[in-house]
Amino acid sequence: MYDVVIVGAGIIGTFIARELSRYKLKIAVLDKLNDVACATTKANSAIIHCGYDAKPGTLKAKLNVLGNPMFDSICEELDVHFKRVGSLVLAFNDEEMNTLNELYQRGIQNGLKNIYVVEKEQLKSLEPNLSDSAAGALYAPDCGIIGPFELAVALAENAVENGVELLLNTEVSAIEKNDELFKVQTTAGVIKARYIINCAGVHADHINNMVSKEWFKITPRRGQYFVLDKSAGDLVSKVIFQCPTKMGKGVLVLPTVHGNILVGPDSEDIEDKQNLETTMERLEHVRTAAMKSIQNIPFDKSITSFTGLRASAEKGDFIIEESNDVKGLINVAGIESPGLSASPAIAQYVVQLIKEINGGFAEKEDFNPHRKKVMRFIELGDKEKAELIKNDPSYGRIICRCELITEGEIVDAIHRKAGAATLDGVKRRVRPGMGRCQGGFCSPRVMEILARELNKDILEIVKDSRASKILTGITKEQ
Amino acid sequence: MYDVAVIGGGPAGLAAAIEARRNGIQNILVIERDRELGGILQQCIHNGFGLHIFKEELTGPEYAERFVNELNELGIEYKLDSMVLEITKDKKVHYVNSKDGFVSIQAKSIILAMGCRERTRGAIGVAGTRPAGVFTAGTAQRYLNMEGYMVGKKIVILGSGDIGLIMARRLTLEGAEVKIVLERMPYPGGLTRNIVQCLNDYNIPLKVSHTISSIKGKDRVEGVTIVQLDESGRIIPGSEQFMECDTLILSVGLIPENELSEKLEMRLDKVTKGPYVNEAMETSVSGIFACGNVVHVHDIVDYVTEESRIAGRNAAKYAKGELKTEGRLVETVPGNGISYIVPHTIRVNNIENKVDLLMRVRQVFHDVRMIIKADGEKIREIKKSHLLPGEMERVSLDIKALTCKNIAKLEVEICEGEE
Amino acid sequence: MSCKEIICIVCPMGCHLQVAENPNMEEVYEVAGNKCPRGKVYGINEMVNPTRVLTTTIKIENAPLKRLPVKTNGVVPKDKIFQCMEVINKVKVASPVNMGDVIVSNILNTGVDIVASRSMR
Repeated sequence: MYDVVIVGAGIIGTFIARELSRYKLKIAVLDKLNDVACATTKANSAIIHCGYDAKPGTLKAKLNVLGNPMFDSICEELDVHFKRVGSLVLAFNDEEMNTLNELYQRGIQNGLKNIYVVEKEQLKSLEPNLSDSAAGALYAPDCGIIGPFELAVALAENAVENGVELLLNTEVSAIEKNDELFKVQTTAGVIKARYIINCAGVHADHINNMVSKEWFKITPRRGQYFVLDKSAGDLVSKVIFQCPTKMGKGVLVLPTVHGNILVGPDSEDIEDKQNLETTMERLEHVRTAAMKSIQNIPFDKSITSFTGLRASAEKGDFIIEESNDVKGLINVAGIESPGLSASPAIAQYVVQLIKEINGGFAEKEDFNPHRKKVMRFIELGDKEKAELIKNDPSYGRIICRCELITEGEIVDAIHRKAGAATLDGVKRRVRPGMGRCQGGFCSPRVMEILARELNKDILEIVKDSRASKILTGITKEQ
Repeated sequence: MYDVAVIGGGPAGLAAAIEARRNGIQNILVIERDRELGGILQQCIHNGFGLHIFKEELTGPEYAERFVNELNELGIEYKLDSMVLEITKDKKVHYVNSKDGFVSIQAKSIILAMGCRERTRGAIGVAGTRPAGVFTAGTAQRYLNMEGYMVGKKIVILGSGDIGLIMARRLTLEGAEVKIVLERMPYPGGLTRNIVQCLNDYNIPLKVSHTISSIKGKDRVEGVTIVQLDESGRIIPGSEQFMECDTLILSVGLIPENELSEKLEMRLDKVTKGPYVNEAMETSVSGIFACGNVVHVHDIVDYVTEESRIAGRNAAKYAKGELKTEGRLVETVPGNGISYIVPHTIRVNNIENKVDLLMRVRQVFHDVRMIIKADGEKIREIKKSHLLPGEMERVSLDIKALTCKNIAKLEVEICEGEE
Repeated sequence: MSCKEIICIVCPMGCHLQVAENPNMEEVYEVAGNKCPRGKVYGINEMVNPTRVLTTTIKIENAPLKRLPVKTNGVVPKDKIFQCMEVINKVKVASPVNMGDVIVSNILNTGVDIVASRSMR
């Protein structure tokens, strides 16, 4: 019997779990997949927006503006990379300059102070590689970049350290409500709970419909991206937007917290919630559209491309409320952009909501907001490096030569709470395979380490999903 | 303090270190990131190595072992499982390993021999899903030949470079079904003998002017969409054809690994993606030399060995203060039909008797003339019945060709048709 | 009379040879398409008794790697390659092994040995 069951271990589910772990509650986070942050959280633009974009009065606007300033302290507590690099929304003609001014006004209305409209002349000093055709920009110095899955992993780890149970490979198949109690049927058995928080991303409607009436629908909106090698990392220093259109915020060019360049996304409503294909036509569109902002993008330094699905609700705003017909079911749905930026505020909002429903919760005395510090070998100074290897020689063995990741870091990522158990799980946490060789050299070594540390046969180690076996057998099998 | 530090213990690093020792250098350190010396040769278990250097046909491990044995006999110091994090312009090398920890050494001269890496799916932009079962040929080769694991059962290979062809045969011998090899260019990338011995021998079809537009599969590869390309490399509409498979192997090219060189702000050649080098295989940073696939991707290892010996010999000279820096400089220029030439410059004073120009052609040529011009004037003409981008061309120039006049520019070009 | 197309691999030229078989003639094989005499020899050999060097791996125990590379120390008939693999796949050695060590002698009575292509210890 749990007080709270959270369905979905993405950024929203893990954030809520972590915030709820401040209270004396028995909490479980369920996810049908074998790791946290495996859906929308792992494939998005990784931006902490300022909040000039959403319509005043919406939850999106309110929670985005509230959420943005919270990242400094949360990332400090959880030892997660976060950089306030600033953003520019580019306008290319007079009409778009008008849109910029509207955006500016909207930002002011939403409560922002630190935003500016800059003229063409100032653009090159802010961002030297911008296209000459840019006519002006909305400059927002507080815009940030982050590693979304690293944040979700850190939140999950911190939540588990504070008593939350993380139940992976646990797919919900049915939900019943009897009296005051939910009975959640899952692939791992029946789970009982007083409250259900539905953070199931693109599947949030599906989860809601299991127990409540069908009153919202989530449409997956697909977006495709390129990732460029770190050697192209100085292309831009800020997040470069284009003037928004009806279909989204346009194609972006931005640095990542790890020094790569991200280009994308396009925007396309699709039917299939499993469809994570990239397509040549769409990627070509992204490429062409991005060149409008920056003419000389070195696409020959592209190291990978990927697709993300935004969980888009019909009414256009976040849905964060208790179900009308099923008390105790709290839907946190339609969390598309600026969902990541709003996530700390969404978590607080949900906690407040459920506290009000319950009439408050008792706080834990021993809640620890800090996560055990992550040793990032390559970020250390020479002396610290020497010291670290002396204490633990496995930090002297570089496994990933592109990102310079040591065996010590990989072992640590496996053994932490909410630790990695797959090749991509290790990659998302500590980055071996994220670099220019895309795991060509290091994946055999990482597989070996995973097998050894988890005491598994190497043939059982998967790339990502449960069935994504990498090796199909041994040679000379008799 | 070392006289010569060699970064990389593959075929290039081994030959360079041995040659430096033979030229009187005692204090040499080879730093290797893998668990043993020999580099990629250890997984290249097929034969065909050494015809030039040893006049016999060896496998990759045999070729490597001969050099490793020599290195050991000469007592050259090496570090395994050691990764160089940084090289500075004043020739400090910072490396780490689990035994010695974080180590900084000072060298008089440095030889870069880091080799190359494989181009990946991302680099060639194949669309579709991202399931398990997509391997670069070299990674699959390591799993299969060294670790003893099968990477799949029904296999499609994209790219007809030599590693792809060799892997087609290896996978077939180990019981997998290689359904097809695809090549986006209108001609195969690998050596003819590999087409014959690795594909034809096992009835594996090769389709040129074909590539893969998309990968399908949620968890593991379920198939690929094969498309035909027109003469300018565009997809021919309607040519899409789905082929079921559980594995896609990519053999789509190699890229020199120059991250350390980039940090040194070394001048790099946009075509080779390796350092600019002179006749001594010295880079734009004085006293730092480079050889092997870190400079340009070679077709056969014997040429790597020869090039690395030049680097080793000259690094030794540099350490002894014998390398000449002054005097006339000749620039090499790739002309019509030539994509690059190594070395990029030649200091005439350092040439003892001849200099080899290594180059690749841009496309397939038949019955053409390769013309070498000194300051625009033809000094030599070589008839070629057959030139392939997949095969490196070598032209030896006698020192007299460079010293007879005050030449500033050497150009090589391909002329089609009769004179 | 039958004719077979063979690509010559003696040199990088890659001549497309047409080898005609005339069982009743004095010279049974007639080679066309070759640009040099070596091509003729290769073409006839490919018809009479095509042979190859086989390189593969065998299982090895107590070694840093799980497989040891091996090769035939001479050529074996092309049509015996898979039979050779069957024999080789059943063999298991333990380290230490030296380069050149005979692992299987006179495989399938071909007069050719399977030898280690590297040392491992």
